[in-house]
Amino acid sequence: MSAKTLYDKLWDSHVVRQEDDGTALIYIDRQLLHEVTSPQAFEGLRLANRKPWRIDANLATPDHNVPTTAYHSVEDIVDPISRIQVKTLDANAKEFGITEFGIGDIRQGIVHVVGPEEGITLPGTTLVCGDSHTATHGALGALAHGVGTSEVEHVLATQCLIQKKMKNMLVKVNGQLQPGVGPKDVVLAIIGKIGTAGGNGHAIEFGGQVFQDMSIEGRMTVCNMAIEAGARVGLVAVDQKTIDYVEGRPFAPKGNQWQAAVEAWQDLKSDEDAHFDKVVELEGSAIEPQVSWGTSPEMVVSVNDCVPDPAQEADAVKADGIRRALSYMGLKAGMLISDIPVDYIFIGSCTNSRIEDLRQAAEVLKGQKVASSVEQALIVPGSGLVKQQAEAEGLDKIFVEAGFEWRNPGCSMCLAMNADRLPSGKHCASTSNRNFEGRQGAGGRTHLVSPQMAAAAAVAGHFIDVRQLISTNQ
Amino acid sequence: MEKFTKLTAIVAPMDRANVDTDAIIPKQFLKSIQRTGFGVNLFDEWRYEDVGEPGKDNSVRPLRKDFVLNQPRYQGAKILLARDNFGCGSSREHAPWALKDYGFDVIIAPSFADIFFNNSFKNGILPIVLDADLVSSLFNEVFANPGYQLTVDLASHQMIKPSGETLDFEVDAFRRHCLLNGLDDIGLTLQHQSDIETFEATHKAKNPWLFATE
Repeated sequence: MSAKTLYDKLWDSHVVRQEDDGTALIYIDRQLLHEVTSPQAFEGLRLANRKPWRIDANLATPDHNVPTTAYHSVEDIVDPISRIQVKTLDANAKEFGITEFGIGDIRQGIVHVVGPEEGITLPGTTLVCGDSHTATHGALGALAHGVGTSEVEHVLATQCLIQKKMKNMLVKVNGQLQPGVGPKDVVLAIIGKIGTAGGNGHAIEFGGQVFQDMSIEGRMTVCNMAIEAGARVGLVAVDQKTIDYVEGRPFAPKGNQWQAAVEAWQDLKSDEDAHFDKVVELEGSAIEPQVSWGTSPEMVVSVNDCVPDPAQEADAVKADGIRRALSYMGLKAGMLISDIPVDYIFIGSCTNSRIEDLRQAAEVLKGQKVASSVEQALIVPGSGLVKQQAEAEGLDKIFVEAGFEWRNPGCSMCLAMNADRLPSGKHCASTSNRNFEGRQGAGGRTHLVSPQMAAAAAVAGHFIDVRQLISTNQ
Repeated sequence: MEKFTKLTAIVAPMDRANVDTDAIIPKQFLKSIQRTGFGVNLFDEWRYEDVGEPGKDNSVRPLRKDFVLNQPRYQGAKILLARDNFGCGSSREHAPWALKDYGFDVIIAPSFADIFFNNSFKNGILPIVLDADLVSSLFNEVFANPGYQLTVDLASHQMIKPSGETLDFEVDAFRRHCLLNGLDDIGLTLQHQSDIETFEATHKAKNPWLFATE
């Protein structure tokens, strides 16, 4: 039998049937549901008088619309349309018998934080969610990707998806990262290199020493942004770290089943001579802390670089894109990234709101103050359990003493569907995943960075190489 | 699902790469629990001078006159001509819902983001991938000729220009079949119910931990 990639193996083990033209029916083990992309799917089921195929394969939690300020029940959501959407999820979960971590449940949080945290995301599974950042779960060796609402309904009704196999792409980062450079910098550097369409039509496997050395939460940050490189799927091979991460989580297998599962997961890696349709390699030690300057995640450079000049771009469509981005962002070609002032800081999102992210931010913020020019600095943990853990470690005190607001879990200012919004014209150092026009609020100017870089920018009032700040601290 | 067979319509040019789904339909409109009514807020931030909110009367909002869809010559357009990586970003199906609700049935681009591409077919929109040079020449023709129309014929997978010149395009055979016949994916899949049940039984035997024990 020919050598297989990890993606090939995950795909092959879930094919229900395959047509001659390659169209396949793929079995889905897990579906995560949230309030924004599920109401029309449940409505579709009702209209067709269909029932979910398998109730136990689904888990729901509200995240996009929930407030991050103090609140006690769904009735406290001020925006009536948001309130209806969250209530609709509650009602649908109840009607169809689906487990929901609702408002007030300590386990509530961002779907992509909750799934792995609860052991719902398991190696070797297929997992979907009506959210493009579902690629996150690939960090655990699961075939996970975002789907539209029609497919949410399709999975509810049939436990399957109609799919065509993607191509295989390997992104290899060799060597070791410099201190102060983290998973977010790695994935931004990858996107900067291959572009936002670089992974279109491919499942990306992240391999090489850097990912072998990286923690599971770090791998989640990287896989999370595979979609920003155009790939629906991001994957990392299963190793002992994966097994250790999953063990003991509430929904993880227990006892004899745990032993059997661990055995079954041993082969969840690409065979040595497996074929990849595309291979990209980066040198880990060459990656510097990254800051996005434009309105697409590929518009990213090192913190020590300058804002690019459209006159230097040969491709007319690209040059035009740079011009539009500079105009929207209020930046001048050639200016230093470190000269961009920051007005808002947002640490959170499904990319960077896990406990390790918060620890990294706290390390920079300990004993420091947010610069007086910064108008608002938010830290939004990814789930109630992350919040609890951070408070047990005293991280909340470090944040509050530094001048940050310590909030309740949710998607928050990553996409500003709740009340947390970036005002027009303001620059935000954000640990989120998209710097599209208006993403964090109409007219808002997003700069994507790591948690450490966001913390450093908060202290300095402008972008600064976090390595400088760390060395000054010591 | 609505059928798509053949269409002759005005072409509107969206001359920028990487048009993302946040631009196609901004987040505040995703709070709706309906599938319809998104067309008036399609490209909201580019289309209107003020900030749109759900429930706002869009008919009295000031328009950005220079935005392509606000120009008189493109009124009634049903075909959108776009650049690389159209529909990137979020998986929101509200994006194709908004395009469809506005009136677009066909989108032509050199490349599309995967999730958007897939979502389009499920809503009766035909996304056509065409060579970048051909797309560029279409842009030139559209700009040069007010009222420029194309005929798109899915059965023969051909586009016909006003000059009578034809352009062939490729569409996945299964997707083409579904669009031509307006077939519902769920209904099709449930025809294979016994295959799913057989797979599931084997899968459960191999991976019992993935199934709840009642």
